[in-house]
Amino acid sequence: MPYKHYILICSGTACESSRSREIHDHFMKEIKDHQLENDVQVVKTGCFGFCEQGPIVKVLPDNAFYVRLKPEDVREIIEENIIKGRMVKRLLYNPKDDKGRHPMTDVANIDFYQKQFRIVLRNCGVIDPEKIDEYIARDGYKALEKVLFEMTPDQVIEEVTKSGLRGRGGAGFPTGMKWSFTKKAPSDIKYIVCNADEGDPGAYMDRSTLEGDPHSILEAMTIAGYAVNANKGFIYIRAEYPLAIERLNIAIAQARDYGLLGENLLGSSFSFDIEIRLGAGAFVCGEETALLASLEGERGMPRPRPPFPAVKGLWGKPTVINNVETWANIPVIILRGAAWFAKIGTEKSKGTKVFALTGKINNSGLIEVPMGTTLREIIFDIGGGIKDGKQFKAAQTGGPSGGVIPAQFLDTPIDYDNLIAIGSMMGSGGMIVMDEDDCIVDITKFYLQFSVDESCGKCAPCRIGGYQLLHLLEKITNGNGSMDHLDKLSRISQAMQKASLCGLGQTASNPVLSTMKYFTEEYTEHIQNHKCRAHKCSHLLKFDILIEKCIKCGLCAKACPVGAISGDREKGYLIDHTKCIKCGLCFERCKFKAITRG
Amino acid sequence: MSKLTLDDLRKMRESLKIDMDKRDSQQDTRIVVGMGTCGIAAGAKKTLNAFIDELNKRNLKNIAVKQTGCMGNCNVEPTVEIFMPDMPTTLYGNVTEDTARKIIQKHIIDKALLDDHIQDKPSIDIVKH
Repeated sequence: MPYKHYILICSGTACESSRSREIHDHFMKEIKDHQLENDVQVVKTGCFGFCEQGPIVKVLPDNAFYVRLKPEDVREIIEENIIKGRMVKRLLYNPKDDKGRHPMTDVANIDFYQKQFRIVLRNCGVIDPEKIDEYIARDGYKALEKVLFEMTPDQVIEEVTKSGLRGRGGAGFPTGMKWSFTKKAPSDIKYIVCNADEGDPGAYMDRSTLEGDPHSILEAMTIAGYAVNANKGFIYIRAEYPLAIERLNIAIAQARDYGLLGENLLGSSFSFDIEIRLGAGAFVCGEETALLASLEGERGMPRPRPPFPAVKGLWGKPTVINNVETWANIPVIILRGAAWFAKIGTEKSKGTKVFALTGKINNSGLIEVPMGTTLREIIFDIGGGIKDGKQFKAAQTGGPSGGVIPAQFLDTPIDYDNLIAIGSMMGSGGMIVMDEDDCIVDITKFYLQFSVDESCGKCAPCRIGGYQLLHLLEKITNGNGSMDHLDKLSRISQAMQKASLCGLGQTASNPVLSTMKYFTEEYTEHIQNHKCRAHKCSHLLKFDILIEKCIKCGLCAKACPVGAISGDREKGYLIDHTKCIKCGLCFERCKFKAITRG
Repeated sequence: MSKLTLDDLRKMRESLKIDMDKRDSQQDTRIVVGMGTCGIAAGAKKTLNAFIDELNKRNLKNIAVKQTGCMGNCNVEPTVEIFMPDMPTTLYGNVTEDTARKIIQKHIIDKALLDDHIQDKPSIDIVKH
């Protein structure tokens, strides 16, 4: 016989530390005292997020979500909720106690504690992505039905414009406006393109969307085709995403089979088809003009804008080009209406944003939150806080084009404009969390190295400027920096922003400017004191043995891979700095903290 | 399959919805494995095979093992969701082959939840609400 109730006790690390074990024992005792062993099962679970509100307990099947429990509350939950079937209201999570806003306060009787809200990821993890029937059963292709038979192309564009949807690829250009430019451009041939060339380090939102819900992209592109009068669409996806490509191919074949792609869709006069084009994985091809060049079979290099692709794009024809995540929003906007969509988010950034949350965070993963959610909610409520209880240092958003968000902005609502105001950008949605062990100069060097590698080399500011910036950062992390390097860094950065041809070069220096602004003292420390507080820049490290603490055990000498530690168990040991490769093994191995790292 | 007309698609959606509602009212038992790149990299294929193998070994019929995309809980991949009558729908994380076999014994046969693996569903389903 199954149990009547299940008591789930969050046993993530954060809750463990706030007495969840004690709560567990109290539940076991109360259940025994009330002779409920056969009716109730107590289960330890993984982290639920919301760690600052721990300990957390969830009762099923009632779905009661109790927070900040104390051992003395346990009896009340057993007697009220389990025996009498009444939730204990005073212990339930109440979004009003919490600074957080909830996107759907007008919908009653749902799980209010959930900070995430999934529009783009609505079907990911729900349907089998290889079965079109499952997509159709969940209102799939219903938006297409609606536009083909109930809306004029202008109404479709108006709906998208009114929704306030902005491009999710990074720059945040209003999608409806983009479509209307293409619609107005005179041409008998027009194209629709999906930009699936996701390449930021640590970003995988688009891949997961394509793998989990490929039909939503096909449906959205077809809708745009109808709106701007295009009959052909291309999905430009990098060859490194084999599973996404496979599922897209299956989806396209199924849609053609059902007549949802091809001639005279659903018996209407509108025809539309989609082809996949594989990219070789060059980061610059995420830039729209470079992407179009690559689609045409040319070398993937950007060209100056204007003319914008909306007017003169693929093979010189007007082209709507949107990012995967932007597309995934479209069917929902059409079905639910612009007004519904515009209620979610902030004044100028509507809807939700998907982030790939990675780095030094407990619950890394793919999350979707309403625009305007704060970094604190993302990192501590959803992400479960920083790994190993360390201190939050900064979050990097926008990848190599973005910047860092330091701790003082943890409570800034995240949207396009706020991120730009604090020197970062939305980017495509990578969010890398850093703790005290990350060196900010080293991280900046990493991103710059990426941009230098990926620069196409067409324009001088990006090609030469990026290289010079990297060279200066290397000097600083090697201990050869001087204070006038900081001035040079900022001058070259600004020149790149102004003079580069495309988005890659214009934004490549953002990590430099943003980290120099918020972490000036770390740069100065590297230059003046030859000190890296995170102990990441190996050239600045120096290991020494403290004679007063050393017990002459010789472990360090054994551990040293290059024989830089000499001595014996009688005279003691000494590190030869000319031989030392600063690997830190001796430091880790010494049990008596007799080795200093400076 | 011949091309659908508007009416065909509408009729089809209705009948598929009824099927899905039936499924969601939990008349059948379903094991759904997250098979995005992240899940597969963490061993979801092995997990899926372990489920199938264990079901065969025990000769358990009428239990469907299905795949879906990424559920977003990358830190606890592979993830598996279990739908069955008389039990709350449950999302398990870190489901290795070994855990998969335990889920069949404890969750599906003994009808009790497994310790240490349950994860919270990240958000409401907007298609239904």
